[in-house]
Amino acid sequence: METVKSFFETPSPARFKGIWSWLLTTDHKRIGLMYLFSILFWFLLAVLLGGVIRLELMFQGETFISAEVYNSLFTLHGVIMIFLFIIPALPAVFGNFFLPMQIGTDDVFFPKLNLLSWYLYMAGGIIAIISLFSDGFPDTGWTFYVPFSISTHTNVSTAVFAAFVLGIASMLTGLNFITTIHRMRKKQMGWMQIPLFTWSLYATSWVQLLATPVVSITLLLVIIERYVGVGLFDPSRGGDPILYQHLFWMYSHPAVYIMILPGMGVISEIIPVFSRKSIFGYKAIVASSMAIAIAGSLVWAHHMYTSGMSDTAIFVFSLLTFVVAIPSAIKVFSWVATLYKGSIQMTPPLFLALCFIYLFSVGGLTGLVLGAAGTDIYVHDTHFVVAHFHFTMFGGTGFAFFAALHYWWPKMFGRMYDFKKAYIGAILLTGGFMFHYVPMFILGLQGMPRRYFDYLPQYAKGNFFAGFGAAFMIIGIFLMVINLLITLRKPMDAKADPWGGTTLEWQTPSPPPLHNFVTEPCVLDYPYDFTGVVKKYSKNTKGE
Amino acid sequence: MSSHSDESGKKLGMWLFLYTEIILFGGLFVLYAVYFVRYASDFIEGGKELNILFGVVNTIILLISSFSVAAAITAIQKKEKKMAVTGLATGLLCGLVFLVNKYFEWSHKIDSGIFPNSEKLVDGPVGQNIFFGLYYVITGLHGIHIIIGMALLFISLVFVQTGKITHERFSLAENSGLYWHLVDLIWIFIFPLFYLVI
Repeated sequence: METVKSFFETPSPARFKGIWSWLLTTDHKRIGLMYLFSILFWFLLAVLLGGVIRLELMFQGETFISAEVYNSLFTLHGVIMIFLFIIPALPAVFGNFFLPMQIGTDDVFFPKLNLLSWYLYMAGGIIAIISLFSDGFPDTGWTFYVPFSISTHTNVSTAVFAAFVLGIASMLTGLNFITTIHRMRKKQMGWMQIPLFTWSLYATSWVQLLATPVVSITLLLVIIERYVGVGLFDPSRGGDPILYQHLFWMYSHPAVYIMILPGMGVISEIIPVFSRKSIFGYKAIVASSMAIAIAGSLVWAHHMYTSGMSDTAIFVFSLLTFVVAIPSAIKVFSWVATLYKGSIQMTPPLFLALCFIYLFSVGGLTGLVLGAAGTDIYVHDTHFVVAHFHFTMFGGTGFAFFAALHYWWPKMFGRMYDFKKAYIGAILLTGGFMFHYVPMFILGLQGMPRRYFDYLPQYAKGNFFAGFGAAFMIIGIFLMVINLLITLRKPMDAKADPWGGTTLEWQTPSPPPLHNFVTEPCVLDYPYDFTGVVKKYSKNTKGE
Repeated sequence: MSSHSDESGKKLGMWLFLYTEIILFGGLFVLYAVYFVRYASDFIEGGKELNILFGVVNTIILLISSFSVAAAITAIQKKEKKMAVTGLATGLLCGLVFLVNKYFEWSHKIDSGIFPNSEKLVDGPVGQNIFFGLYYVITGLHGIHIIIGMALLFISLVFVQTGKITHERFSLAENSGLYWHLVDLIWIFIFPLFYLVI
């Protein structure tokens, strides 16, 4: 098995060499890695921008950036984090790399379309940068609410167009994944034998297809309004700005499930492997993924309780929001029940997964505070909201991203990293996270609005503390990333299956060869059957 | 890379894509629905200003083009190359006629002072401003789709001619055809919403 050439050494198509073997590749693994490095770049950039924002907020009044720059910074932070990091992070990197492997095939269904998606992603990023250097980056926030987004003098059109292009990239990825899962699964693999990460990607892809076109057309309308001035959202000409909010959230709320579902899939992979125990409630997790995808598409207006809606609508949307909490809670329950009486082996990916469960639960429960119309009226657009969605998006998807990175890194690059540094990084990140966002919950309840450049004296203490948390977080993130990146200088010596996983990607050398498998992978009757793994490991310990 | 040629898989991908197109226009139709409820009488007034003849002719043209494209796909499967080329060419020609028609229709409207941000619309009843705003946005977006569809039909035509599309490998032609039918179908909704609104 050691003599097999990895995909790093075999370009596909074979006629390209050097940089072209990456830029023109149709190999899903290479495309996944190209996504990984571009996404990491954007993520670290946006992390630093967030750090600047918090540093500015540590002290009252203007500390070192002006209010205009501050507005652009939080917009840029939001746009990058949402459109260039969280939405593509898990599907585009790990989905691309591992979805075909988990279903035992050699590529996605439309390999060229896959490459096109990456180029669209890069184009979107570059267009976003361009908007920075012409007329200033928009100061609208990532939601681009009208009428401000239509009347502000900053360069909204370019940024909106960037989001439009990124939307197409994400849509095409979703289309590709659905077709791949339907048409290219190994024949022996029925629907109830698909690994949970792939299942979560399937649900995600449907949401991507369902929802993204709505935001595409909405963003196009913003551009048309700015250039032509039709007046579709302008009250003086008969338009209705609230309709913009409806259209925007019709996509953007399902989009938060695009962000979190693959993260849940990652956690569902990691927890059973390190508990050496089959996942509790496989079918319930699958069903809850689909339930979240469906119900999550029907709750958009809970972002708009204060915008003006009928009481009936508020009641219905509030109820539906509570309904979505049920499948999410089923997953949390299943993960915890899987850990119960398992033989737990602590590793960095499991540590991050456990942090995920805790942080995501806090994020989910505070989401109910916001989903209930009564309480939402008080905390709407305060720092409470900021803390809530960072708990779910960063504490959720962000941590799942890092967990996935530590879980699959040896498979992707064939190199194992230093556990100690990974633990220290993860602890700094989690500790800093709590220090950073818990004060924001309190600030929000005290009434500090979000997106404000300055604040009243009573909010000084919380903002001051949050700044320290941010610093710890940034140090932790960079420590983890650098710890992973320095392994690239080491020789490739990771084992094919360093953790004892049961899904198909562990049945091939690390890193995998061009066609993913050396011998035909064998599909287990039940994807999380650990009897074989337990036997192998207990034999090893007896022999030594 | 396994050289899989899974025709029904490709078609599945295309159907998924068509679905996103429907949602794309769906967003605009939602706007139409909401504003129609709000400004029903203005919408009816606006609809009277549109020339039904243009609309009817364009509808018939698109229906003919859809038929000939469908016939061309069947012809490819039956190895009748000449028939296929004729069908695709007719489809292309119909698309062109549609666009020319649209051009005259739009320029006539613009000449009479009805276009986004024009004084007539801005100072007139707000409902009519919305009606014509939607008219320009929706038919404009549809026009862009016609152009894309024509490009796809043209590529299929060239490939049929050069023998790259045969009765065994015709998914490109079939998917282009599907796209063309979708563009046609969207027009079938646009036509009554704007021209026949009463």
